[in-house]
Amino acid sequence: MRAIIDFMVKEFLQFLRDPKMFAVVLIAPVIQLVFLGYAANRDLNDVKTCILDNDRSNSSRDFISAFEKSGYFSVIQYSENYSELEREIDLGNALIAIVIPDDFEKNMNSGKTSNVQVIFDGSDGNKASVAAGYVMSVASSYGSKIFIERFEKSGIKVPPAGSIESVTRVWYNPDLTTRDFMLPSIVGLVLIIITVNMTSLAIVKEREIGTLEQLLVTPVKPYQLILGKLLPFTVIGLVAVTLVLAVMIFWFGIEVKGSISFLFFCSLIFMLSTLGLGLFVSTVSKSQQQAMVTSAFLVIMPMIFLSGFAFPIESMPKIIQYVTYIIPLKYFTVIIRGIVLKGLTIADLWLELSILFLLGVVILVFSSLRFKKSME
Amino acid sequence: MNSIEVINLTKRFGKFTAVDNVSFNVGKGEVFGFLGANGSGKSTTIRMLCGIIVPTSGEASVNGFNILHEPEKVKANIGYMSQKFSLYGDLSVEENINFFGGIYGLSQSRLTDRKNWVLQMSGLTERRKTLSAQLSVGFKQRLALGCAVLHEPAIVFLDEPTGGVDPISRRNFWKLINELSASGTTVFVTTHNLDEAEFCNRIILLDYGKIVATGSPKELKSEFIKNGMLFLESDDVYTAYELLEKHRLVHNASIFGNALHVSLSDAASLEDNAAEAIRAFLESNGIKVAGIRSIVPSLEDVFLETIEKPASDD
Repeated sequence: MRAIIDFMVKEFLQFLRDPKMFAVVLIAPVIQLVFLGYAANRDLNDVKTCILDNDRSNSSRDFISAFEKSGYFSVIQYSENYSELEREIDLGNALIAIVIPDDFEKNMNSGKTSNVQVIFDGSDGNKASVAAGYVMSVASSYGSKIFIERFEKSGIKVPPAGSIESVTRVWYNPDLTTRDFMLPSIVGLVLIIITVNMTSLAIVKEREIGTLEQLLVTPVKPYQLILGKLLPFTVIGLVAVTLVLAVMIFWFGIEVKGSISFLFFCSLIFMLSTLGLGLFVSTVSKSQQQAMVTSAFLVIMPMIFLSGFAFPIESMPKIIQYVTYIIPLKYFTVIIRGIVLKGLTIADLWLELSILFLLGVVILVFSSLRFKKSME
Repeated sequence: MNSIEVINLTKRFGKFTAVDNVSFNVGKGEVFGFLGANGSGKSTTIRMLCGIIVPTSGEASVNGFNILHEPEKVKANIGYMSQKFSLYGDLSVEENINFFGGIYGLSQSRLTDRKNWVLQMSGLTERRKTLSAQLSVGFKQRLALGCAVLHEPAIVFLDEPTGGVDPISRRNFWKLINELSASGTTVFVTTHNLDEAEFCNRIILLDYGKIVATGSPKELKSEFIKNGMLFLESDDVYTAYELLEKHRLVHNASIFGNALHVSLSDAASLEDNAAEAIRAFLESNGIKVAGIRSIVPSLEDVFLETIEKPASDD
C-alpha cells in the first residue's frame, strides 16, 4: 500500500511539473467543448434558395411567398434563366433551386396538377434530405390551402371532421438542437483522450528514460506498479469530467436531468476500459511518439467512429453494427446522454452499465497480464 | 558463503549467444570487476543476476537466493545502478530519495537516516531541492548510487557506472565504492575502462560471452605476461610492429601512440638481454630505436594479450 501511495505522490509531482500535460488535461477539454459546442451544429435553419419563376403570375408569387414566410428558406436570387440558377447551385451559394413552369397559374386555375421542379445540391446528403422535408411540408400545406379555398369559392362547405392532424411533441430535447445531443457525449471523448493517452505516455516515458528498468530491480510488485500508474490518472480523469460538466452547465446552459453522482460513478466504470486500453497501448509501444500514434489510430478513432458519437449506429452496415458491441464508448454514450437529457437512473441503464463494467474488467485484466509479461 | 554463485549461466537471443556457459563466484565484501568490450555480455550477465531477464540455461544464486525461483528475495537484497541515469529528472534530489525509500519499504525514521547519509555521501545536502535533471553527470551518478544502496543491500550491481564522467568525478566515485566494500557490501561492477579495473579485488575478463581470464589484477598480469614487458620507442612503430610480431623473442606487440608494448616469449626468458637483442634486430632492419626499457604491465596489456580480435563496437 505504501509503495502505491509513494507512486501516486510521484506521479502527481511529475504531472504538476509538466506544463504540457497540465494544458492537455485541463485546457484541451474545455477548448474542445467550446469548439464542438458551436461547430457541431447539424441544424438547418436557413436554406439558401434560388427561384426561377417562368410564370410570373399572382399564383406563382403567392406560392413563392409561402416559402419565404415559412422561416426555413431565404431567397438569395431570383434567377433570370436556367443557367444562372445552375451557376448558383454549382458555386454552392444555394442549397436548393425552385423552378416554376410558365403554365403554373393556368394549370392551377383549370384544376389540373401543376408541377414544380426543385433542384437540390445533394453533396451533403443529410442537409439535402432535411431541406427536402421542409420543401415537402411547405408545398403540401400550400396545396391543401388552395384546395380548401377552391371548395369555399365554389360554395361547398368543407366538413370539419374526418381529417387527421398529427401534432408532434419532441421529448428530452424539444428544440432538436444538435448541441444538446452532442455535448454530453464529449465527457466520454475527453475521458478517452486523457486516460488512454496519458496512461500510455506515462508508462512508455519511464521505459524510454530507463526508470522502468530501475523499478524492475526493486521489490515493487507489478500490481503495485499498475495501480500506482493508473490511480493518479483516474483522479485526473474525474477532474476533467468535472470541468466538462461545468462548462456544459454554466456556459451552454444544458441542465443535467439525472443524478450527477451517478454520472461520476458511470465515468469511473467507463475508465476501467480506457485505463486498460492505455495500459495496453504502453505494452505495444516502444517510444512516446509510437504511443501517441497507436492510441490515436488504434483506440481513439475507432471509438469515435463506431460508438454512435459521430454517426448513428442504426445506419451502419450490419457487420459493423456487430463490431460496435465491443466499443465501450457506445455504452457510455448511451448512458451519459440518458442521464443528462432524460434523467435516467440505474433502473433504466443497468444493462449498459453491466456491459461497460464487464468490458472494462476484461480489458484491464488482459492489459495487466500483458504488462506483467512485458516486465519479465 | 559466497555473495554470488554462478554455474554454467547461458543466455541466447535467437541464434546469438550473449553469455556462454559462464561460471564464477564472488565473495562477500569483494569489489568484483566484470570486464569486456562492448557487446561482450557484461550487461546481459548483470541483468540475469538482478532478475530482469531470465537465463536460457544454468543457475545462479545471489546472497543465497536462487535467481530463478526466488527473484523477489533477490530483488530485496540487491541494489542496481545502470549506465543510464535512471532516476526521475523532473523530481528533486530529495523526492527521488523519498520515492525509492518508499519502494524499498523503509520506515520513516530509517528513511530519514538514510536520506541524510545519501545527501552527505553525494555532497547534495545543500541542493536537496534541486531537480535532479539539473545536476552534473558526476552528481547524478552519486545520487543514483545513493538511491541504489538506500536500503543497505548486501550486494550492489553497477553497470558501467562511470560512463561519461570526468576523471576527478570518477575517482570520487571509486572512493565511494571502496567505502561500500569496506562496510561489507559486495560490489559487482562492469566496466570497459581498464584503469578502473585496477581498483577491483578480482576481475573477470569476458570476450564474446565467454570468460577468458579471471583473477586479481596482479595475478592476471603475472599469468598472461609471464616473461616481462618492454616499452619500445621508435619513429616508425608500424614497421617495427610488423617485424616484431613474427620475432621468436616476442609473444605479442601492441601499438601505444608512438611506442610499442612488447610482451616477451618463453624463449626470451632464456636470453641474457632480450631487450638488446630486439634493439639490434630492429636496427639491422633499418629502424631507429629511440629507447627500450622494461615496464610493469597494465591491465590494458593483459586485455590486449587475451583478446586476439577485439570485438567491434555494437
